[in-house]
Amino acid sequence: MLRIECPWCGPRDMVEFTYVGDGTLQRPAIGAEAGHFDYVYLRDNPKGVHVELWRHGAGCRQHVAVKRDTLSHDILQCGKPGEVTK
Amino acid sequence: MTGPGQINRHAEAGRIDRTRRISFTFDGVPMTGFEGDTLASALLANGVKLVGRSFKYHRPRGIFSNGPEEPNALVRLRVGDRVEPNTRATMIPLYDGLVAESQNRWPSLAFDVQAVNQLFARFLPAGFYYKTFMGPFANTKLWMRFERSIRKAAGMGTGTHAPDPDEYDKMSAHCEVLVIGAGPAGIAAARAAAASGGRVILLDEREEIGGRLLMERFQVDGLESGEWLARERGALEAAGNVRILPRTTAFGYYDQNMIGAVERVCDHLIKPPPHQPRQRLWSIRATEVVLATGAIEQPLIFADNDRPGVMLAGAVRGFANQYGVLAGKRIVVAANNDDAYRTAIDLHDLGATIESIVDVRPKGPGPIRQEAKDRGITYLRGYAPVKAQGRRAVRQLAILKLDENGKATGSQRAAACDLVAMSGGWQPTLHLSSQTGAKAYWDAEKCCFLPGPPRQRERSAGACAGVFTLPECLAHGHAAGLEAAEAAGLARPEIEAPKASAPQEVPPRAYWECPDPINTPGKKFVDHQDDVAASDVRLAHREGYISVEHLKRYTTLGMGTDQGKTSNIPGFAIMAKARGVEIGQTGTTTFRPPYTPVALGALAGPEVGERYMALRRTPMDGWHEEQGCEWIDAGLWRRPRYYPSGPRESLFDAYIRETMATRGSLGIVDVTTLGKIDIQGPDAAEFLNRLYINGWKTLPVGKARYGLMLREDGIVLDDGTTSRLGEQHYLMTTTTANAVRIMAWIDYHLQVVWPDLRVKAVSVTEQWAAMALAGPNARKALEKVVDIDLSSEAFPFMACGPATLNKGSAAGEIKGRLFRISFSGELAYELNVPADYGRAAWEMLMQAGAEFDITPYGMEALGNMRIEKGHVAGPELDGRTTADDLGMGRMMSSKKDFIGAKLAGREDLIRADRKQVVGLVPVDGKTKLRQGAQLVEKDAPAEAGTLAAGGKPIPMIGNVTSTGYSPELDHPIALGLVVNGRARLGEEISMRYPLRGLSVPVKIVEPVFVDPKGERLHG
Repeated sequence: MLRIECPWCGPRDMVEFTYVGDGTLQRPAIGAEAGHFDYVYLRDNPKGVHVELWRHGAGCRQHVAVKRDTLSHDILQCGKPGEVTK
Repeated sequence: MTGPGQINRHAEAGRIDRTRRISFTFDGVPMTGFEGDTLASALLANGVKLVGRSFKYHRPRGIFSNGPEEPNALVRLRVGDRVEPNTRATMIPLYDGLVAESQNRWPSLAFDVQAVNQLFARFLPAGFYYKTFMGPFANTKLWMRFERSIRKAAGMGTGTHAPDPDEYDKMSAHCEVLVIGAGPAGIAAARAAAASGGRVILLDEREEIGGRLLMERFQVDGLESGEWLARERGALEAAGNVRILPRTTAFGYYDQNMIGAVERVCDHLIKPPPHQPRQRLWSIRATEVVLATGAIEQPLIFADNDRPGVMLAGAVRGFANQYGVLAGKRIVVAANNDDAYRTAIDLHDLGATIESIVDVRPKGPGPIRQEAKDRGITYLRGYAPVKAQGRRAVRQLAILKLDENGKATGSQRAAACDLVAMSGGWQPTLHLSSQTGAKAYWDAEKCCFLPGPPRQRERSAGACAGVFTLPECLAHGHAAGLEAAEAAGLARPEIEAPKASAPQEVPPRAYWECPDPINTPGKKFVDHQDDVAASDVRLAHREGYISVEHLKRYTTLGMGTDQGKTSNIPGFAIMAKARGVEIGQTGTTTFRPPYTPVALGALAGPEVGERYMALRRTPMDGWHEEQGCEWIDAGLWRRPRYYPSGPRESLFDAYIRETMATRGSLGIVDVTTLGKIDIQGPDAAEFLNRLYINGWKTLPVGKARYGLMLREDGIVLDDGTTSRLGEQHYLMTTTTANAVRIMAWIDYHLQVVWPDLRVKAVSVTEQWAAMALAGPNARKALEKVVDIDLSSEAFPFMACGPATLNKGSAAGEIKGRLFRISFSGELAYELNVPADYGRAAWEMLMQAGAEFDITPYGMEALGNMRIEKGHVAGPELDGRTTADDLGMGRMMSSKKDFIGAKLAGREDLIRADRKQVVGLVPVDGKTKLRQGAQLVEKDAPAEAGTLAAGGKPIPMIGNVTSTGYSPELDHPIALGLVVNGRARLGEEISMRYPLRGLSVPVKIVEPVFVDPKGERLHG
């Protein structure tokens, strides 16, 4: 059971969160003509460090950026979206 | 029938309470034991040798161990709806009135018909199922017939289909140091950690703490071990920061030091007292963990080593010292290590005859050998047991001398005995350590796997770390407790380690499989529970299944309820030898939770029946219930499906009556469950512009608009109306099903994608009760209670604004919001009031509508009326349809960008021949259409025929999505998706419903059946 350090609520069990997905995606700007396909479909599946988003649905409803090792399940860093980078 | 009494009970030995006699039955035979017994010790005391039949060959089996590793003594416990199969007799505390039955036997334990399976043993080799069903019989249906009889013959115990009458509980706990296992190392660790002042939890799977100390004649700190245990337990309890949980098995080690444990709160009683759970599931989050899980003794592998009367040596000693039970009177001890000598010594001292000790190790001195010698016990060095002789119980043990390579030499001898106490050495219990991902490694000197470097904040102490003697265990546990406390950030405590002494041990020998007996057959069992023999392991090797994971799955080695606790090591050793490698190179199979079986009831806990899921009720729920409505689930909500006018009114009659009453005069429906999201901020309109396909910047205050949202990939996500309540204030509605999803969608975009937008959004679904008043008399009824002008000029279609009910009334006024929107196609108003006023407002409207025969309607009528109007809903928004498929392609604004805009333009999503929403009616005007039925061309053949006979699949051109019945048109209606459907209006096609053998001619029509010009809602 992962434990995620919500920047707003403190450390909480993962059952309070919903996994959202890759936390490094950049949506093409409004009006942009290209990049939508990559944004919707293309994902890395890294063995090792992954920055991802979890939604604290049973808590503050905020998205939390989590840097996690997909191999060991170690959580390396938690923060607000955009604050956590690979 | 009665048993012979407690013939194997020693007069004084043991920690049982002889003043408290306990009655129980086994296979219907009444017996007695004492307080402190387990079922296994009581059965042995009563001279019961045969306790079960094996899984595959139905061989007689006796009690093998005295702990959680027991592979044989599985019994069906309790009666009626409390029956529990496959419980281990060694772990069941004896209680008054206990009822247990043996398993896997028919008609009786002593005479089992299927024991003839033994004669066919060579036809039931490893991989039997695989070979049978993947070989010549593959692709036949024969396996179905086989499976039934094989399953019955090779069955485990049977349970009950009755609901479990007992309660189960769940508990969370946090601590600085969790100590798992309360043997000498665990207790030493707990007392050291507790001295730091931090929160300590000490748990153990047995009835009382002490572990091996309960089963040995040891002294600690100069005290007899029982006295020392009492002293330490008292000190831990008095400390105030230690929680002691006996009867609690830590079964799983999860990420970030979360440990799952199950406490058997009332399993020692016939039934739990009121308000007590049978079991409790613990989720323990520990800063630091000390694993003191001990070790499990391994067997030696020789012919017929599964006979009742062949037991693990440590178990024999444990039964004697803890329960005063002598499992045999004339004993042969066979071992590859020093520890088993202690069994001979202790049993000798209690008056049993030690026939001899058969030691597979060569000659050599040793303190423990001297102790045995001093008592006049004979021991044979360099000998191995080769066969247990005797049909239902062991009568003698055949032995052979070994040469220096471990091969048999010389002639076979036999030692008369009624009990063989064997030991293949102790294997650390690595289950929890391995579950963390720590990789076990082989220690050639200690002849066992040891825990690998920790992957979590844990350390192993005592026997589970390969530290086996008592003084070392105490010191190791003590050090682990200090280290854990310090690692958890506590001050390093000042406390002395407990002290004990023990003779120096001579290392064991890595020797498990003994030579074959001379001139006599016999299966050498490795896994007793799954009937896997040494020959099966070698067969797997010959057939190429050489990895331990393949070995496990091919032979079922270690796949029983005991998960190979006494069979994996010898099994892997035999495989290693066959491959010509060291056992360390074969490795172990992966340990996964649970360590021992956990009842599903404990995992479910209290969340069963009506507590399984939350039930969401609208503020008007009580009113609906009083009307006797029939309910339908909508996610977690319950909503009225229809309101039967009497006990005889059918669903169909009711929803048609509700439809006609609404269209004829006035209906009312509870729409609270629709998602409501309050959106505010200077950029709110811009945000809506990005979410919806249509434009929002021109929507004036006091107006509502229908909107459609796409996913990023261009497929329709959801629809609903959004109203502008103020300059920077909007109220969005979503479908009931998608309320949570859309809120998350909005949160994601506001927090992650466009954090620069000055917008806040919050769900207000539960804050507002919502009800719709629909029908030609809706205005007349509503006018009586609201304070605003409802004329079409003042409050036209799609108008919205604040409204007050019963303004200025002495009975109290209700402030709410009114929306002139319509899902039914009638003149309709939707009223939102704060949730607490929901029922009062509803009743006010019921009263106002009484003169118009106001009729409450449920989901069926609501759905029927939306089909009559061709409004799309869940069945059409199926995750594959585009806006254009739904007939709303023109809503997509070309003046702005929005979510899904780009990818909606992809080639396949704008094909002309996509499926489009159309209306469908039966050509005969009578036959009901079926939701989900397939649509094919009119002249499609009735049956495709088989491919073998040259048949071709019949092209499917669409499917029926929603069905209803229009009382106004007086015939069945439906919506469906049909390839290029809008261009085929008026054409006849065919609906096929093979489940009912239906083939119905249907006509494609416009999807709006009633009031196509929309005059009523503008009225």
